[in-house]
Amino acid sequence: MKLSPFSLAFVAGTLAVAAPASAADFVIDTAKAHASINFRVKHLGYSWLTGRFDDFSGTFTYDDAKPEASKVKVEISTDSVNSNHAERDKHLRSKDFLDTANHPKAVFESTAVKMSGDKATIVGNLTLHGVTKEIEIAAEPVGGGEDPWGGFRQGFVGTTTLPLKDFGIDFDLGPASQEVELTLNVEGIRQ
Amino acid sequence: MLIRDTAAGYGLITRLTHWVMAVGVIGLFVLGLWMVTLNYYSPYYSAAPDIHRSVGILLLILLVLRFGWRLANPKPDDSELKPWERTASHIVHWGFYPLLLALMVSGYLISTADGRPIEVFGWFSVPSLVQRKGLEDSAGEVHEILAYLTIAVAALHAAASLKHHFIDRNRILARMWSGPPSSSS
Repeated sequence: MKLSPFSLAFVAGTLAVAAPASAADFVIDTAKAHASINFRVKHLGYSWLTGRFDDFSGTFTYDDAKPEASKVKVEISTDSVNSNHAERDKHLRSKDFLDTANHPKAVFESTAVKMSGDKATIVGNLTLHGVTKEIEIAAEPVGGGEDPWGGFRQGFVGTTTLPLKDFGIDFDLGPASQEVELTLNVEGIRQ
Repeated sequence: MLIRDTAAGYGLITRLTHWVMAVGVIGLFVLGLWMVTLNYYSPYYSAAPDIHRSVGILLLILLVLRFGWRLANPKPDDSELKPWERTASHIVHWGFYPLLLALMVSGYLISTADGRPIEVFGWFSVPSLVQRKGLEDSAGEVHEILAYLTIAVAALHAAASLKHHFIDRNRILARMWSGPPSSSS
C-alpha cells in the first residue's frame, strides 16, 4: 500500500500523541490536604512522639505501565513543623534542630524508582538542614482512578527512616532517638 | 513602719515590691539565658522553664498590683533633681511599666500559643487567650529583645541611683531602700 506523505504524517502524529498515554503528571493535592507528611521519633525510648509538616507541595509523574519511569519532587516548609506543642515546635525550629531560619525548605527529588512486584523503592536526594543525602523511600500505591468531580487521582504511601546525625542534626535526644521515621501519604490530581 | 508612700520617701509596700521585682526580673533574665543552654538530659531541662514561667506570672500579677498602688499613692518629692534628671527618671520609671508588661505578656504568649495554660508552681493555671500558628516564634523574638532591653534599662536605672547616692550624696536611693528619714532605724 502506498502511503501518501499526508497519511504518513497523520499516523506518525497519532502515534506521537498516543504513545505516552499511561504516563501522566500529577500535582499533590495539598490544596485540599489529601496528603500528609508525618514523622515519629522515640521519646526517651518510652513512647512514640509524632508530628507532621503542615505546609509542603509536590508533583509526580506516574506511568502505571512503566513505574520505573516515575518521578517525584516534594518541597517542605520546615517551619510548618507541628508536634502539637508550641514550645516544642519553637525549639524544633531553632538552631538546636531544624534551624528553619537558615533552612526554610527541605526538598526531596527522586532519581530512580526500583520495582519489586507492587512495591517500589524510590531513590532520590533529600536536602534537609542544608545537607543533601541520597535516601530510599519504600512506597506502594494505595489506589487510583476517576473522582466524582471530573478529576483523576492516584495515591501512594511511602516510608523512610532518617538518621538525624546524617543531616547535621545532633541535639542529643538519647540513644533511642537517633532516627526519625517519616510517612508520606500522597494523593495526586492528574493534570 | 510606714506602709504608704509619702513626699519624704517610699512606704513598706512600695519598697518591698520594688526589690522583690528587681531580684525577680534579674533572676529570670539569668535563668532564661541559662535554661536554653541545657541539654535534654539535664535534670533542670524541664524544671528551669517551669520556674521561669511560674515566677514570670507571679511578677506579672505583682506588676499590675504595683501599678495600681503607685497611682493610689503620693509621689515622693523630687524638687532637688535637675530638670534633665527629673525628665529622665520619669521616662525610665513610667516606661518600666509598659516595658515589663510587654516582656511578660510576650512570654505568656509563647507558652499559650497552642491553647495550653501556664501552670504556676501547681498552685493555679493561667488559661490561653490567643492561639495562632507561629505565635510562639514571633512572641519569642519579642520576648528575647525586650529581655535585653529591660536589663539595659535596669542597669541604667541602678547606675543612676548609685550616682545619686555616692556622687550627689542625696536620699534618692535611701528612700527606696529604707524609706522616709523618720522611719529608718
